[in-house]
Amino acid sequence: MVARTTPHHDERRGAAPPEGGPRPPGAGLTSRVAARLPLRLRRLGLPYLLILPAILLELLIHVIPMLVGAGMSFLRLTQFFIRNWSAAPFVGLSNYQVAVDIDSAVGAALLHSFIVTVCFTALAVGLSWLFGTAAAVLMQGSFRGRGLLRTLFLVPYALPVYAGVITWSFMFQRDTGLVNHVLVDQLHLLGERPFWLIGGNSFAAVVVVCVWRSWPFAFLILMAGLQNIDKDLYEASAIDGAGWWRQLRSITMPMLRPVNQVLVLVLFLWTFNDFNTPYVLFGKAAPQQADLISVHIYQSSFITWNFGSGSAMSVLLLLFLLLVTAVYLVTTSRRKSNA
Amino acid sequence: MRIAKFGYLAVAATLLAAASACGGGDGGDGGGSTDAGAAKTLTYWASNQGPSVEADKQILQPELDKFEKQTGIKVNVEVVPWADLLNRILAATTSGKGPDVVNIGNTWSASLQATGAFVPFDDTLLTGLGGKQRFLGPSLAATGAAGKPPVGVPIYGMTYGLFYNKKLFKEAGIDQPPATWDELIADGKKLTKGKQWGLAVEGASVSENSHHAFIFSQQHGGELFDAGGKPQFDSAQNVAGIKQYLDLMAVHKIVNPSNAEYGNGTEAVQDFVNGKAAMLMWQSIASNIKASGMTEDEYGLAPIPLPDASSGGKQVNGMVAGINMSVFNYTKNKDGALKFVKFMTSPEEQKTLNKTYGSLPTVTDAYDDPAFQTPTIKAFQQILASTAAPLPQVPEESQFETLVGTAMNQLWADAASGKPITDESVKAKLTQANQQVQPGS
Repeated sequence: MVARTTPHHDERRGAAPPEGGPRPPGAGLTSRVAARLPLRLRRLGLPYLLILPAILLELLIHVIPMLVGAGMSFLRLTQFFIRNWSAAPFVGLSNYQVAVDIDSAVGAALLHSFIVTVCFTALAVGLSWLFGTAAAVLMQGSFRGRGLLRTLFLVPYALPVYAGVITWSFMFQRDTGLVNHVLVDQLHLLGERPFWLIGGNSFAAVVVVCVWRSWPFAFLILMAGLQNIDKDLYEASAIDGAGWWRQLRSITMPMLRPVNQVLVLVLFLWTFNDFNTPYVLFGKAAPQQADLISVHIYQSSFITWNFGSGSAMSVLLLLFLLLVTAVYLVTTSRRKSNA
Repeated sequence: MRIAKFGYLAVAATLLAAASACGGGDGGDGGGSTDAGAAKTLTYWASNQGPSVEADKQILQPELDKFEKQTGIKVNVEVVPWADLLNRILAATTSGKGPDVVNIGNTWSASLQATGAFVPFDDTLLTGLGGKQRFLGPSLAATGAAGKPPVGVPIYGMTYGLFYNKKLFKEAGIDQPPATWDELIADGKKLTKGKQWGLAVEGASVSENSHHAFIFSQQHGGELFDAGGKPQFDSAQNVAGIKQYLDLMAVHKIVNPSNAEYGNGTEAVQDFVNGKAAMLMWQSIASNIKASGMTEDEYGLAPIPLPDASSGGKQVNGMVAGINMSVFNYTKNKDGALKFVKFMTSPEEQKTLNKTYGSLPTVTDAYDDPAFQTPTIKAFQQILASTAAPLPQVPEESQFETLVGTAMNQLWADAASGKPITDESVKAKLTQANQQVQPGS
């Protein structure tokens, strides 16, 4: 509001100079233009001006590197050319051809990694959401120690990723790890000490660690979402004879829908792209059964020193995530407007 | 008016921020490449040779002070952990900003040579360092592709040997280290009992795996790359070599299956110094031994067994391991950098530093020091001089280490979980690795 009144004041002054005053010929036009330009700018440009810093930084930090990365995917950028990128030969789509050719070893490995990552993401997001919802709903009523429990639940989210995951990797060690100590030595559930960091169980290990890390986020967001549901709804439904389960199905879950829409999308993107968890847990060479795609791409580009091929895989990943996000947003919004 | 002013202010601030973000890289880490005082300072990235990064700094600083006293050139050292070194070097290569002088693992020589980022040490430069003949032949051979001037000079030499625990050997009634593979397996079986195992390996370490793949492949007469530089990881000889290594766990059961998840480069050594494993095929472990309290006469070093002379394999039981020193050719102080290389390869520095690190001097005129007459050092020296071979000096070498090393991680995992290791299963993994090699040129 303030922004509008001030220019108006200026406008009046600039457009209507005091009558009778001495005026050199032509001066009226110039002063009018000079006075109007900043006015227009101010009126129309101010919002843009204000978001300019954000846009510039966004360009600098996100968009330009992303475009450079996409550009790299059309080059054969190996160790022979990293010193002078402009000398790297343009190879068109051949990096993409290698990546999507599932008959070749590189393409087959990428596809395998993609499938592993899809299964991993479905499980990890599903479980994180389930735990987060369950905890948020159960902790809605007030009871003694609720604050303490809430804080405790948020600890994995607050811990630095590296510290948390490296501790898990110690716990998963076969001979000296806590997990095997509990399962084998104390509970005697298993006869032989299983491996967790190599072989088939590594998939379970990485899902467990990922869920441990991300369910508190789901819990936090859903807890905030629950605060916004009107208590009157529960009271009214209770009078109508609705039980706890009915309230959950007919009030809580529908009211949480907008929150869930965003939450599931964010969890999906974070989990699918997660680099830290598998990298810290398994190091550079992840076991095949837990070969998640972000580490796989890192391996393909950094370690084989073929940055063009790695970039092509990253662009494919980006396109896939864009597609999934778009389809998800379109379907969930349509459902919402139909409802 | 106030709001308009605020808008202009925002624009100004943004431009300022953008400008400083773009120009941010100029000063920072490139101590050596800044203009002011370029002739008087050098930046040096040292590899981590001692027990820790901090310990290395303390070991190197007095030597760098000595250099400053002699030449007036101040050297700013940063000790870079192994896990980061190659990526840091690649970043410096790409950006042209970084140190003047750097340590590189010698197996990377040809791969890094291909970038063209380093000063080639032609005959003139080598003469300045005292000539080619001053350096140990095998170590100098591991400084780049054959026929091209080396991209660095060796400063620390190393190779593989078989460490054995004398006390555990005695308890098992064995009086000398194994000389053949059959003996090693028989001894290993005697030494494997309860929580004690015959041999420790680092099954999840990509670099250890690839080094052993090379040694065992040589013993079966294999080559990783053919004469034209094409990878042939899955040749019959390479399959046989790698299978022989895996069989130590899978068939002979002298390696603890848990070793399949050892990958940080210290766990197998810990098992050895703690007496959980009686043998270890490794490079220098001097600093770990010291830290553990084990003394020189509690362990011995023997050559890794050689293949039967009649088998057609090569008489190779070690790789030429070690560290080279290279100069980035974007340096603004090439003269100073070369002076520093000369200083680090001088007999005095070679003696001091290799003594501390338990590695081998790479120049012949440093060996008169009694510190290099110990049984361990002499045994290493003998292996390096006679039966060690350099890894193939081709640009795709780093891909070999990654791909084959990773394939072997998975094979160790199979062996540990009791899956049979067959020629077919080994070959399948190696074929897959072979197909993933991306030709450099």
